[in-house]
Amino acid sequence: MSQQPLLSVRDLAVDLHLAGRALRVVSGIDLDIGRGETFALLGESGCGKSMTALALMRLLPDVGAIAGGHVRLDGEDILARPEALMRELRGQRMAMIFQEPMLSLNPVMTIGSQIGEVLTEHLGLSEGAAAVRTIELLQSVGIADPVRRINEYPFQLSGGMKQRVMIAMALAGEPELLIADEPTTALDVTIQAQVLDLLKRLQAERGMSLLLITHDLGVVANMAHHVAVMYAGQVVESGTSAQVLHHPRHPYTRLLLNALPEVTGPNQRLATIPGQVPPLDGGIAGCRFAPRCSWVQDACHSQAPEWSGASRDGIRCPHADTLPPLPEALRSMNPAASGTPQPPLLQLQDVRVHFPIRAGLLRRQVGAVKAVDGVSLSIPPGRTLALVGESGCGKTTVGKAIVRLNTLTGGDISFQGRDWSGLQGEALRARRNQVQIVFQDPYASLDPRMRVADILMEGMTALGVGNSPADRLKRVDRLLDQVGLPSAARWRFPHEFSGGQRQRIAIARALAVEPRLIVCDEPTSALDVSVQAQILNLLKDLQDELGVAYLLISHNLSVVEYLAHEVAVMYLGRIVEQGEAKLVLKRPQHPYTQALLSAIPRVDIARQPQRIVLAGELPSPADPPEGCHFNPRCSYADRTCRQAYPGSVIADGRAVSCHHMVLTGGAYVAAPVKPALAPDN
Amino acid sequence: MLPFKPALLWTDLLMFVLVLALLAVTWHIRRREHLAAPWRKVAMSRAGMASATLLALFAGIGLLDSLHYRPALPDEPVAAASKAAAETRYAVELRSVLDLLLDPLPSQVETTYSAPLATRAFNKTVIEGDEGTQRDYPRLRYGGAHLADDRGGVAADVAGRALSGALGGLAAGLGALALLALLLSPRRALERVLAWVTGNGHDAVHWAAWTLLGVTTLGGVLAALASGYHVFGTDKVGQDVLYQILKSIRTALVIGTLTTLVTLPFGVVLGIAAGYFRGWIDDLIQYLYTTLNSIPGVLLIAAAVLMTQVYMDTHPESFETVTARADFRLLFLCLILGITSWTGLARLLRGETLKLRELEYVQAAQAFGVSSWSILGRHILPNVMHIVLIALVMDFSGLVLAEAVLSYVGVGVDPSMISFGTMINSARLEMAREPMVWWALAAAFVFMFVLVLAANLFADAVRDALDPRTRVRGVA
Repeated sequence: MSQQPLLSVRDLAVDLHLAGRALRVVSGIDLDIGRGETFALLGESGCGKSMTALALMRLLPDVGAIAGGHVRLDGEDILARPEALMRELRGQRMAMIFQEPMLSLNPVMTIGSQIGEVLTEHLGLSEGAAAVRTIELLQSVGIADPVRRINEYPFQLSGGMKQRVMIAMALAGEPELLIADEPTTALDVTIQAQVLDLLKRLQAERGMSLLLITHDLGVVANMAHHVAVMYAGQVVESGTSAQVLHHPRHPYTRLLLNALPEVTGPNQRLATIPGQVPPLDGGIAGCRFAPRCSWVQDACHSQAPEWSGASRDGIRCPHADTLPPLPEALRSMNPAASGTPQPPLLQLQDVRVHFPIRAGLLRRQVGAVKAVDGVSLSIPPGRTLALVGESGCGKTTVGKAIVRLNTLTGGDISFQGRDWSGLQGEALRARRNQVQIVFQDPYASLDPRMRVADILMEGMTALGVGNSPADRLKRVDRLLDQVGLPSAARWRFPHEFSGGQRQRIAIARALAVEPRLIVCDEPTSALDVSVQAQILNLLKDLQDELGVAYLLISHNLSVVEYLAHEVAVMYLGRIVEQGEAKLVLKRPQHPYTQALLSAIPRVDIARQPQRIVLAGELPSPADPPEGCHFNPRCSYADRTCRQAYPGSVIADGRAVSCHHMVLTGGAYVAAPVKPALAPDN
Repeated sequence: MLPFKPALLWTDLLMFVLVLALLAVTWHIRRREHLAAPWRKVAMSRAGMASATLLALFAGIGLLDSLHYRPALPDEPVAAASKAAAETRYAVELRSVLDLLLDPLPSQVETTYSAPLATRAFNKTVIEGDEGTQRDYPRLRYGGAHLADDRGGVAADVAGRALSGALGGLAAGLGALALLALLLSPRRALERVLAWVTGNGHDAVHWAAWTLLGVTTLGGVLAALASGYHVFGTDKVGQDVLYQILKSIRTALVIGTLTTLVTLPFGVVLGIAAGYFRGWIDDLIQYLYTTLNSIPGVLLIAAAVLMTQVYMDTHPESFETVTARADFRLLFLCLILGITSWTGLARLLRGETLKLRELEYVQAAQAFGVSSWSILGRHILPNVMHIVLIALVMDFSGLVLAEAVLSYVGVGVDPSMISFGTMINSARLEMAREPMVWWALAAAFVFMFVLVLAANLFADAVRDALDPRTRVRGVA
């Protein structure tokens, strides 16, 4: 880099003082961020990336302290500034946006006054001028009708809008550096695509530098010019994003990339990184990654590796360039069981789940949230059906209906050819073991006051699996072995386990009653990439071994691609496209599926389809749009679409619900695609 | 024949049941690491340990005062002659082990008011002596009676007694520590005592040890002085104020603990049921506690207590002794206080249960077809237990204060029962006198303050340890 970097960080160290111990959560990192550049700080949870960002703004929590180093903004060491002078720096030269837009806005102030506050405070604008500027800012972040919006409160805005308001607020002081801490993690894929596009455009327009903190390799590939990979408080590798993502050198980066289902591909076993991030209490003598590294050598355990190369283009591993390719053992994989046509294990016929909206003194029903509104699915034994969609589309409600955790408003479910949704009381209890569920959040799905053995035996006792307590205990050992946990784990409590291990326990709990079908509700979305790979491998192994069928509920299409045999795409309570996974994911037909697939940031940019940015957000299921539910966001929508909901037709080997599937020569195919409209944001 | 006849009052019985339950729970918790961990945190807290020591002392006094008996009356000669094998007759007045230990303090009754450490009465009376009648402050019957000259020697005598009492108390405290150390680890007892006292080792235990030593030293001073004087003076009927205060402690403890026994079943069962079942059950329980909450509590309590009074007046045969009568009223007061004060706990638990029932582990149990009551017992109750405990400890001090207020208003405990409230009530008139009689109120205030402060500090320590929201979490 020829010119001086905008932000230059040298040897920055941050300590957290927790329970009387000092943890060095960031130990000696160097960063150089150029003007107008997007710099990504990549790492899994707990690696210290958020602490780094907060340290740059000098906004560390009370228990944190900067333990050393320099942060130079345009040559000036901002760590030397008195706190009073820091205030004019924040917001004006450096601004920050946070992960959770719901928590970052003051709920009792209108958004106009919140942005106006920044303008009057930092730029000294008068109230009138601030109001004008606020409208301009809201316009620039793509908020429609800003004149009306400035008088609204945060609760009136959706998640994506709130994040836009946050960005507008950050931009109000016209910062030179914008720090975005996981700006899209809490958002849906299609909204994420909107926000990322917005950030990209704003950065180009304003020549601002962007420090993007993320765990998502796809986001890095699509956004960043430069990337630094953090592990356990250190930068382990840095370079241009193309170089790091396509020719990773450090073992951690290599394994991380191979743990991604989309990089590895559906028929290969995912690389996993065993173990966990070491405790950061200063007790590590050698390389911090050594205990988990697949290429570890003796010297790694005793000698801490030095940084080699320039600060913007280097690596913290002396052996990096002499390492052999990934050991084959990690990549072997049983071929997927061939799908012979079998009678379906589970069949949903026009299932509806409506939640009544009540109002008034007598709690009369005034409407209904049509969470699930006519879904038909079937799952063959031993296969995986993925239910895909954005949050709020009703996919979890379908899962819970199958496990009989909520009541159907209409339609019916049959299991193994027999009625399932009509079972009540004892008859239902007797067959409850057949269908089980694994939840999304392993921290909320295990009772913190029960030991692992008690958790696993709860279902067995309730459903009478196993003959005696001793027999059940034996089963507990076998289950723990199946999910890859030591049998010593059975007398321990959930809080003693990491997220991935907890998810294994949750899977073992479902398996304990020998179900034929497991509903996996976002089984990996709360986990880090390397741990996600372990769980996906485990799910696949268990299916091969036990022949259990899965209903995989997910918004993560690369997970779906990896595990599922069939895919059903859901939008606002209905299935819009359903068919074999390869077909649907490779050649999506429904406009929504196409948009959804194109919105996912891919690591391999070459495979990134032309981005179709959907306007707006998911409408409320209490008041779905007239006609095709997707029509307000669809760029192909015409008059027919606004009048009637399309029936389902078979096109290109899968069922699609779209008016634009036209019959040609005996088979439906997608109508010729009109030129895509310009994304209106 | 026994020289005494044990008597068990209802409140005594319940107090001991409570102690047994507490011991059982302690034993249960000790064996379970996850339950014991937060309590270990309480044990690490200095204020928590110091206040726990104080509370334990108060509880000890209260429990000694709960062991009641009726002493045998000396045989009357005539009766003895006529019936050789006559049954021993017992006094109608109940005494407690505390009274026995404090003997002769309870019986050292003066004629009327006397100031703390006084040797003469507070009011002048006509004294008939050798030099004829005169109006003067008469010598007290017991206070300073051992002094030949009560004008000059009091200060020296008091100082001497206080010093020897302090030393004796300190020695007793050290002895108690040594005994404790011997019980805990017979081999290295001396080392332990040294560590506790000098503070080498565990900080919080050091605080507890110093609190204990401080309290025993003070107790020694009080005991030494009480043997010759009325340390806190006497009240209108000449009864020793120190004795009254020691008796008040039991009343306060009974109110504070038994009332919670009443609130618990209501608060826990109704609160959890409302939150878990929702629907009409929730509506019903909510109506119930909103209604109860909107009636002024004092009104309900006054009505209930007056009803009890009427019952007691019309059924005098049901009560063997005056104390039993007073005890019945105390029990009823606990009951009615409990019935009016469970709503707060129920509301808290309902809210927490509403949150818990949506958690995935509860849904997982539902997917296994586990029955609702099992889910309540296995998943919900253990996970709201910390709230119950915190609420109990925090309510204790509030209830002690509530008793004082109710007795002051006249709807509290029986007038014959000694309590902080009745003491404060009688102080109402004493404060209006000129010169003012301040000591009864001051002493009652100081002791109640110490009790309530200790309870509040302990409650704070318990909340810090048990409440998940106050736990420090790792960031990033």
